[in-house]
Amino acid sequence: MSTGLLRIAPHIPLRVRRSTRLVERSIMVYRRTWMIIVSGFFEPLFYLLSIRIGFGALIGDVEVDGTLVDYAQFVAPALMASAAMNGAVYDSTMNIFHKLRNAKLYDTVLSTPLGPTEVALGEIAWALIRGLIYSTAFLVCLVALGMTSSWWVVLTIPACALIGLAFSSFGMAITTYMRGWNDFEFIPAATLPMFLFSATFYPLSSYGSYAWVVELSPLYHGVALIRALSLGEVEWSMVGHVVVLGVVSVIGMRIASRRLATLLMT
Amino acid sequence: MTTPVAVRVWEGQIRTVWNAWRTSVALSMTQPFIFLAGMGFGVGALVDAGDGAQSSLGGLSYVQFLAPALLATTAMMAGAFEAMWPVHDGFYWRRTFEAVAATPVSPRAVVNGLMLWWTTRVVVGVGGVAIALVVMPSTRSWGIIPAVVVSVLCGLGFAAPIASWTATRTSDTPFAALQRFVITPLFLFGGAFYPLTALPGAIRPVAWVTPLWHGVELCRSFTVGNSSPYGVYVHLGVLLAWCVAGYLACLVTFDRRIRR
Amino acid sequence: MPETVLTQPAETATATAPVVAAVDIRKQFGAFEAVRGVSFEVRRGECFGFLGPNGAGKSSLMRMVSSVSPATSGTMSIFGLDPRTSGSQIRARMGVVPQTDNLDQELTVEENLLIYGRYFDLSRAECRRRAKDLLDFVQLGDRAQSRVEPLSGGMKRRLTIARSLMSKPELLLLDEPTTGLDPQARHVLWDRLYRLKEQGVTLVLTTHYMDEAEQLCDRLVVVDRGQIVAEGSPAQLIREHATREVLEIRVAASVVAGIESALSSLGLRTEVLPDRVLLYSNNGEQTLKDVHELGITTLSSLVRRSSLEDVFLRLTGRTLND
Repeated sequence: MSTGLLRIAPHIPLRVRRSTRLVERSIMVYRRTWMIIVSGFFEPLFYLLSIRIGFGALIGDVEVDGTLVDYAQFVAPALMASAAMNGAVYDSTMNIFHKLRNAKLYDTVLSTPLGPTEVALGEIAWALIRGLIYSTAFLVCLVALGMTSSWWVVLTIPACALIGLAFSSFGMAITTYMRGWNDFEFIPAATLPMFLFSATFYPLSSYGSYAWVVELSPLYHGVALIRALSLGEVEWSMVGHVVVLGVVSVIGMRIASRRLATLLMT
Repeated sequence: MTTPVAVRVWEGQIRTVWNAWRTSVALSMTQPFIFLAGMGFGVGALVDAGDGAQSSLGGLSYVQFLAPALLATTAMMAGAFEAMWPVHDGFYWRRTFEAVAATPVSPRAVVNGLMLWWTTRVVVGVGGVAIALVVMPSTRSWGIIPAVVVSVLCGLGFAAPIASWTATRTSDTPFAALQRFVITPLFLFGGAFYPLTALPGAIRPVAWVTPLWHGVELCRSFTVGNSSPYGVYVHLGVLLAWCVAGYLACLVTFDRRIRR
Repeated sequence: MPETVLTQPAETATATAPVVAAVDIRKQFGAFEAVRGVSFEVRRGECFGFLGPNGAGKSSLMRMVSSVSPATSGTMSIFGLDPRTSGSQIRARMGVVPQTDNLDQELTVEENLLIYGRYFDLSRAECRRRAKDLLDFVQLGDRAQSRVEPLSGGMKRRLTIARSLMSKPELLLLDEPTTGLDPQARHVLWDRLYRLKEQGVTLVLTTHYMDEAEQLCDRLVVVDRGQIVAEGSPAQLIREHATREVLEIRVAASVVAGIESALSSLGLRTEVLPDRVLLYSNNGEQTLKDVHELGITTLSSLVRRSSLEDVFLRLTGRTLND
């Protein structure tokens, strides 16, 4: 593949610029339905309020690595990470499948200088932009409700982008294998257990000897990253979480662009 | 003569979704288990360990408190969903209802058929939760049977009024808003995950009006066996009122849309 | 016709080189070989046609020329470039009108053109200018803000053609450009394609309509079951593979069975089709008289000039509608 890489390398800036054209298209479409995106601000608000009013009052404090943490502050960052996952998965599965199979959008795009790699990059970039808007909303709510205790929380935005990147590349890769809408039933079957068992609602220590299973979930690494930033407990071990999410992203993206090439260019 | 025709409408809906469902029924049956395990037992362990939780939950463990409420929330989700996109589909995308209107089937029969279909759909969804409740010893009780019946009323209490509104819409954009601003908040604040008393007093009356809270309260009182006859009648009355009002509204709006 | 829609004149150095050159191209889909060793050349500025029935392999050929589908074997060169390695550069100079209008349903008529121009790296201002000119060119200027869905079939087709012209292509590929359109919409389209050719755009089209091939193509190849069975200009093909005129007669069902032997004494090529009998002759009126003299009663008769349909029938033994 080294010769292939050499051939592609000089075009990388052009490829990136070309992939932004698909983002432009998405903006064109969503300009008309901006209300849906704006109203997305309310979702984190409802979830965070519910956690604070309900569980916060019922549970009080939870012990994490020997220190007591307010339960609402413990769960809030995990919800932020899960929201980043859910948004990215939705955008990269249902939306992409529709464009791939029903709307035949990419057939049109491939009659232009754009290729499958640009399609994959462009769609992942759009998923990231939507995710960015959403995680910004989350951050605003988090701060406004006083559910964070550190300035490190600002870094949750890039951290959410990384979670979004990992799940949208992976989601897109999986979507290229989907045979029909029925196959989408399997998505919640994967995301719901991840949502519930990624140290989201209770600390990793409460899983006892099964903690390693939890660590297999990519979402766990996202939750751990965002929780540490939100609680201000920043340490070097967080690099590990970043690496895991980065690896998932790269693998997902490679599979996605290769599969798109075989699907569209036969 | 309307009933057999309504049954045919219902049968049509069943056939449409059966192929799609065969593969996913097993998957959707596992979800209540996963959810109960994660929320009921996982979070439950933290709640039960907390101080003062027992008193605010009325002496129940958290899983006993949460599990019956899931019957009602599942019914709400299923009923609301079915009344939005699939109904819109019938009017707008696939136009099956218009096709029906070209046959001797009356709009009233379409509504009756859909009521049957929604009931089926809610029973299937709630059934999955009920199985999970029966399997787990700490939530097992005879009260699950009347609770499932009540959940169906709760599901129809959402499906019928929402469908009557869907019949007046020409685009699917407002559905996301209804989901985001009505269904999701009810799910979170409707008394399923924690007692309504945790909410500020000013907001509580909102929950009293909606079918969800009444469904949750009824399911909970049946499964833990502390229902008072007076409470049961009030809750049942509100649920039935929503179903009947929604049904009547559907008759009007479906008739208008189909005969347009 | 606004100046801006004109394509750049071909560079003199490359003017004589073929725009597309294919040598022994094959395309395999699993066990099925859709294209079985096809060679052809498309010259600059001409209109080149692939004529053949459904399933002959025309669309596979078109997808290979449009550089989105690699050939299983053989060599292809487009603008002197290899589509396997330079697909993107080739597509930048080419316009594609696919068989089905895959317009963007989520965008308006104008936005469809704007974003397509952006895919070709054109500036926004340039896109707007070209979109306006092209919408006028395809007579959709008043529908610019409309959604795509309510447009008629002919309008959608014209919009797809306008879209393919956004990049001022040197080469325009049209896959069945007028299939499914009413006669009036077809003539409007043909007129637009003439004009493009006048401006020096090289056209490659597939069709299974004989009249379309005769109207538009300078040169064409007849494709059948993945192979080229004849090549030439429409007139040339008619000359070589048909006669000047064709007599079409209809006879009573009871006569059909023995008609072939009854007509054999005339010594003309005869085709017995389910609904009519064709007699290839250089003088149709005389042949009709001869037929009547043989004592055959015709229900109706028609003398016409022979067409590509007759060529196709001659070459493959089947009509195009089979």
